[in-house]
Amino acid sequence: MAKTIQEINERIKKKKACIFTAEEIVGYVNENGLKKASEQVDVVTTGTFGPMCSSGAFLNFGHPSPRMKIQKAWLNDVFAYGGIAACDVYIGATEIPDDDPANKIHPGRFRYGGGHVIEDLIAGRDVFLRATSYGTDCYPRKKLDTYVNIKDLNQAFLLNPRNGYQNYNVAVNTSPKVIYTYLGILQPHIGNANYCSAGQLSPLLNDPYYRTIGIGTKIFLGGGTGRVSWEGTQHNPTAERGKNGVPTEGAGTICVIGDMKQMNTRFIRGVSMLGYGVSLAVGIGIPIPVLDEEIAGFVSVSDADILAPVVDYATTYPKREPGTITKVSYRDLKSGTVTIRGKKVPTGSLSSYPLAKEIAVTLKSWIQQGGFLLSEKVESIPGPESGQTFKPLVIRPEGGDES
Amino acid sequence: MTQNPTRNIMLHYPRKLADKPIISNLIREYDITVNITRARIDQDEEGTLVIEISGKKKNIDAGLDYLRELGISFKPVSKIIRRIDERCTHCSACTVVCPTAALSISDRERMEVEFVEEKCIGCGLCIPSCPYMAMEMIE
Ligand code: SF4
Ligand code: SF4
Repeated sequence: MAKTIQEINERIKKKKACIFTAEEIVGYVNENGLKKASEQVDVVTTGTFGPMCSSGAFLNFGHPSPRMKIQKAWLNDVFAYGGIAACDVYIGATEIPDDDPANKIHPGRFRYGGGHVIEDLIAGRDVFLRATSYGTDCYPRKKLDTYVNIKDLNQAFLLNPRNGYQNYNVAVNTSPKVIYTYLGILQPHIGNANYCSAGQLSPLLNDPYYRTIGIGTKIFLGGGTGRVSWEGTQHNPTAERGKNGVPTEGAGTICVIGDMKQMNTRFIRGVSMLGYGVSLAVGIGIPIPVLDEEIAGFVSVSDADILAPVVDYATTYPKREPGTITKVSYRDLKSGTVTIRGKKVPTGSLSSYPLAKEIAVTLKSWIQQGGFLLSEKVESIPGPESGQTFKPLVIRPEGGDES
Repeated sequence: MTQNPTRNIMLHYPRKLADKPIISNLIREYDITVNITRARIDQDEEGTLVIEISGKKKNIDAGLDYLRELGISFKPVSKIIRRIDERCTHCSACTVVCPTAALSISDRERMEVEFVEEKCIGCGLCIPSCPYMAMEMIE
């Protein structure tokens, strides 16, 4: 018989809920079958931890005296967008200091940027704020130089437009030269294959059709609690799927929001990608209520059943040409070698499986202790029936409404 | 059978010795096999060299005495690369870069990355390739 989220929450409150992580449930279902799993198991917790470039933070500093309409701001010399209300800014994870040499001496190191500012704030470190403005009658101040600390900010929340990618590319390099990408250092002649997903632990891979994860879902974010606030940018529910419904390429994404004051730098960290740039590694965990047998089937997906496309980051990917070399499973990726074009290739991961597991285990213990109740989604994010795709940009120098 | 011991050491030599054939002397005069795994000359022409040396123990001891007499400071390499454990996320990005598998995963269930100091030759390749800045050189 199907369960409801309210029934599960009642059991959570009484500390009687039966909870597994998305890793543990695989063995349980193998032994006991889907029917028993759907009856006995209330919640499956997922987790993922990896660089998620489409991340950033809204900060409100409060007004200085005299007041100021911050137009441009820098936090530890990293630019923050001020084109919103007077003392709000948005700092993006991939922003670098104005004087960073970037890739002028290739490959650049990118030791510090937006992701690190966010980590410093969450760590409770003082961060230097410099701001400029043109001055108005109501907001006369034109310059500001001060230290700020997260504890003194009115609000500090992450708003990450695209996180939790449901599956992702495995990157290789077919060229004769080393290349430096957002999926790490790729050795020539397919010398290594780099991936970035928690596979069987990853939230959206356990809810392939977004049945329970939707707008309003309460989640673990960076060590605190947050919410799914929208579909993520580039959300692509019509991506290719296997027989089990699981996408075999990058597909769904979610936009997430959460209070930075609750977060912990174990689960959220600045990232420096050699020759590429800076980013923010984000830890996300989402509980999935096991409402029926179909959901029990989805959450019991294992690494062997999830395939990812191997893509050449030296040719087809940068040119935006189609072309997948082959598909490999997360079981093979996690074994340390995969076979690509008949060659054994060592694998490396940018995301951390141990931390993804720690997040799923932490979320499980929060729920077990009765401190984290499941939420009903307020609205669904688009599924395959929407027909929504991820469109490329067509460059058209001619045209526009004037011509 | 006694095997010739192999040791990895890092040498610091001052500018005044930058043009001396120190390495070739170690090889020729002391019968030591030398494999250079990392070399760097700073702007001030001070040099840092990481070498793997093997040979008879008495030859190595004599060779190291020779370095000391020249005023070259050195220390074993296993002590020069360090992992900052709190920063390491066990992602495994470094494992495809490390040439000696000093950074590698042995338990593929747990997926934790181990740092085996004894296997480290101090090449330093892991330092820029770690996205989480968990590897560092102690100099
Ligand atoms: S790349 Fe860095 S964080 Fe990742 S396993 Fe290696 S040392 Fe740890
Ligand atoms: S310095 Fe780093 S990359 Fe080089 S051998 Fe040691 S652990 Fe491996």
